[in-house]
Amino acid sequence: MKSHEEMSGTMNGKEAMESVVIKFAGDSGDGMQLAGTLFTDTVAVHGKEIATFPDFPSEIRAPQGTVAGVSGFQVHFGSSGVHGPGDAPDVLVAMNPAALKSNLKDLRPACTIVVDRDSFGKRDLDKAGFATDPLEDGTLDGHQVLAAPITSMTKAAIADAGLDNKSADRCKNMFALGMVYRLFDQPMDQTIGFFQHKFKKSPAIAEANIRALKAGHNYVLTMEAVPATYTVQPAARTPGTYRNITGNQALAWGLMAGAKKAGKDLFLGSYPITPATDIMQELAKHKWAGVKVLQAEDEIAGICSAIGASFAGDVAVTTTSGPGMALKTEAIGLAVMTELPLVIVNVQRGGPSTGLPTKTEQSDLLQAVCGRNGESPVVVLAASTPAACFDRAVEAIKIATEHMTPVILLSESYVANGAEPWKVKTLDELPAIHPPVLTRPDPAWTPYGRDPATLARKWVVPGTPALQHRIGGLEKDECTGCVSHDPQNHEAMVALRRQKVERVADFIPEQKFRGKGAKKLLVVGWGGQFGTLFGAVTELRSEGKDIAVTHFNHIHPLPRNTASIFEQFERIVVCELNSGQFANYLRAVLPQFTYLQYNKVKGRPFKVSELKEKFNELLAQ
Amino acid sequence: MSTIGTPAQPLFKPKEYASSQEVKWCPGCGDYAVMNAVQRAFSELGLKKEEVAIISGIGCSSRFPYYMDTYGFHTIHGRPAAVATGVKLANRDLRVWVMAGDGDSLAIGGNHFIHAVRRNVDMNFILFNNQIYGLTKGQYSPTTERGTVTKSSPFGTVENPFSVGELVLGAQGRFFARVPDTDVKLMAKVMVEAEKHQGLSVVEVLQNCVIFNDEVFDAITSKETRADNQLILEHGKPMRFGANNDKGIRLRGLELEVVTLGQNGITETDLLVHDATCASNVLHHLLAQMRLPDFPIAMGVIRSTAGPVFDADLAAQMKAEQERSKYASLDALFLSGNTFTIQPGTDKPDGIT
Repeated sequence: MKSHEEMSGTMNGKEAMESVVIKFAGDSGDGMQLAGTLFTDTVAVHGKEIATFPDFPSEIRAPQGTVAGVSGFQVHFGSSGVHGPGDAPDVLVAMNPAALKSNLKDLRPACTIVVDRDSFGKRDLDKAGFATDPLEDGTLDGHQVLAAPITSMTKAAIADAGLDNKSADRCKNMFALGMVYRLFDQPMDQTIGFFQHKFKKSPAIAEANIRALKAGHNYVLTMEAVPATYTVQPAARTPGTYRNITGNQALAWGLMAGAKKAGKDLFLGSYPITPATDIMQELAKHKWAGVKVLQAEDEIAGICSAIGASFAGDVAVTTTSGPGMALKTEAIGLAVMTELPLVIVNVQRGGPSTGLPTKTEQSDLLQAVCGRNGESPVVVLAASTPAACFDRAVEAIKIATEHMTPVILLSESYVANGAEPWKVKTLDELPAIHPPVLTRPDPAWTPYGRDPATLARKWVVPGTPALQHRIGGLEKDECTGCVSHDPQNHEAMVALRRQKVERVADFIPEQKFRGKGAKKLLVVGWGGQFGTLFGAVTELRSEGKDIAVTHFNHIHPLPRNTASIFEQFERIVVCELNSGQFANYLRAVLPQFTYLQYNKVKGRPFKVSELKEKFNELLAQ
Repeated sequence: MSTIGTPAQPLFKPKEYASSQEVKWCPGCGDYAVMNAVQRAFSELGLKKEEVAIISGIGCSSRFPYYMDTYGFHTIHGRPAAVATGVKLANRDLRVWVMAGDGDSLAIGGNHFIHAVRRNVDMNFILFNNQIYGLTKGQYSPTTERGTVTKSSPFGTVENPFSVGELVLGAQGRFFARVPDTDVKLMAKVMVEAEKHQGLSVVEVLQNCVIFNDEVFDAITSKETRADNQLILEHGKPMRFGANNDKGIRLRGLELEVVTLGQNGITETDLLVHDATCASNVLHHLLAQMRLPDFPIAMGVIRSTAGPVFDADLAAQMKAEQERSKYASLDALFLSGNTFTIQPGTDKPDGIT
């Protein structure tokens, strides 16, 4: 480890960087998510590309000071090249030894490490499992360490702010954030405004946080030895108005926008489950917009109430994660059988069973496509980035209502909790949605009469005069809609339900790929791993490699031109955070191709570096 | 919600509420009588066919919606209360009727049932209690009397049955009635009351399964015994019953007691007068608990009290939010808070808006 004095000669001054990854890590009570979020807001508002990755334990407060209790928030920001939250931090803020320990193996060379010197006592080191002090024993050789007495300086800065010790202790995250703002030459007015607004009624708390923030900023400013300060230029972007948005918020807003475009009220029946709960909480705020939220007694009631609301004419949604999906399975079958529009959002997490509630995984794909009794086809979509959750939610509602079918929309923890700038859309920019609602008596109508193009039946809601009818989970006669156990009819209805879902392919965009002219290797991905896959392939292409990438948002049905893309390549590698579910699905749907796999099931997203290594290996073969 | 007045001229005769579907319940099944009563009630209430949504689960009685010329939804086992809640929240103008058996309501769907009661959603819940699983051919249910031999309890059950009324009251139910399937007139009358009640109305029908549990309610419903074994409650009337109408219910300490008028100086003024509307449900509990042979079975509306209605309160909250919202539209919401603008040509943000 270099001393500050040694570094000051070479490192003092500004280093311009295209993009930077910074990670805030500390105890789960240290306020790292807040520090990270405030930092993200600031850099986003000042025009940087951003991608974030909150990473926290499933316990609300795991034992203090232990590696199990470390909460992290990684943000990748820059003027370009931000494809996902980044592999490894350029700057690590570690509020205690455990936070340092849990990130040691991920550090890139010459990382700048900000630590709280005050929290590296003997007991702290013991709890984190360090035999010797990593600040002294050479562990951090090659890195630039900024060991500031954060705890004591925070206390000194806010000594007369009128807070008790515990509250004062809670301000040290702002001291650290102030340091980071200085390191990156970022203005603090955004964050100061946040505290002034948030603690309007407790000015002492606002004042203490702001003082801690400024003290941290000034500490770096006045230190003679500063490892480095970085400048990052704003990103070049399409002109327009942007805001920083998380995947779950974008998804909630997309649902609201979709219902509005369909001319219907939005109904959500849901039960809290990590990492999907934020969607329900966001929608619950917007009663003003005609959003009805039922926090149901369980997952099953969540979807069943949504099915009832759909029958009665609302745009109906249920949100959940894997274990909740398992519980909703029977009811999804009911929506398939009764051909009611329904959007089922699954924000995937690590499984099976309770699994890894706060970690990311893509292991519910086959459950979405096949996981029901009987032949029970549904449309399956997947969201690729936080901002894209908005468009996918609108599309899910469009498909569900226009085609009278359940649509499963797969998000994942990584996308749901991550954030990026979203170019704000107006309702006028969104596609029109025309549900096949029938409101006037029509002698030709039958409950299961179908539109020749979509094969969708009409949506006739209770209250409509002279069109009373009964639907239900029993098989229905193709013509009359009455209960039927006729063998020919059943086979015909099974085929119709399948064809109806397959026909959706006529209405979705064609699959795109990046890398025209490439022949050797096609990288195939789906859902939330878009950023890193795209980033890795972009970097390899800039190095002149013969590689392309295609990323799927439409899982079932697949876009019509999928095979025509696949056939242009010698080799295809399917990359996903599971043991090969999309690969196996493709083997069943498009068996004429050979699919290589690259899989990761660690509860963590791909890294650009590991993807590049794998692709280089495949290209070399 | 709109209130219902009894129209001078019914819109439809009871039979006109029937659909064209052939009814496929076993001959002699109590479900026929329930359907007759429901049709009578609809006629008396003057309901339009299109304003009624009948939601059922799985079981013999859950075929009910197919036989009615209203909107209907035959859902999945145990979930009709949850589906119906969604129906009502989507369209509060609908008159939502749930048709469910003892399995749907108290076993597989017990959770949804108690929560519908607790929330007090404005719906009617007709609970067909035949104390047996009929559609699966004769297994015991959560209301089967202890010791009953069934196909799944060849040596008699060793579990206690639920008492529907006590469960409803325990879940803060505000309307509970009990009726025998042998008294269509009383059933129809109670169902009219159920529809008029604002909130969740639970009507327990003691419904005879002629195939798997025949005559289980005989002691209560047979011609010979029913007068002595049923207490038909009427709000504001003293609790009298018996073949000679000479028996009554009196409160003694914290317990009920059957007394005979004219004996030991007992007169009608000693009897309890039924108050279905009283806020406390203690007496309603005692009435719901009454069991043969010591007591008659209480029939009619045991409890009917006004209280906050979930769907009405949710609608009121939405209306209030619409009036006080700071957003004129979704577009305004999307542009609220921290946004930044990239101007054409500059590729740089022009600051915070």
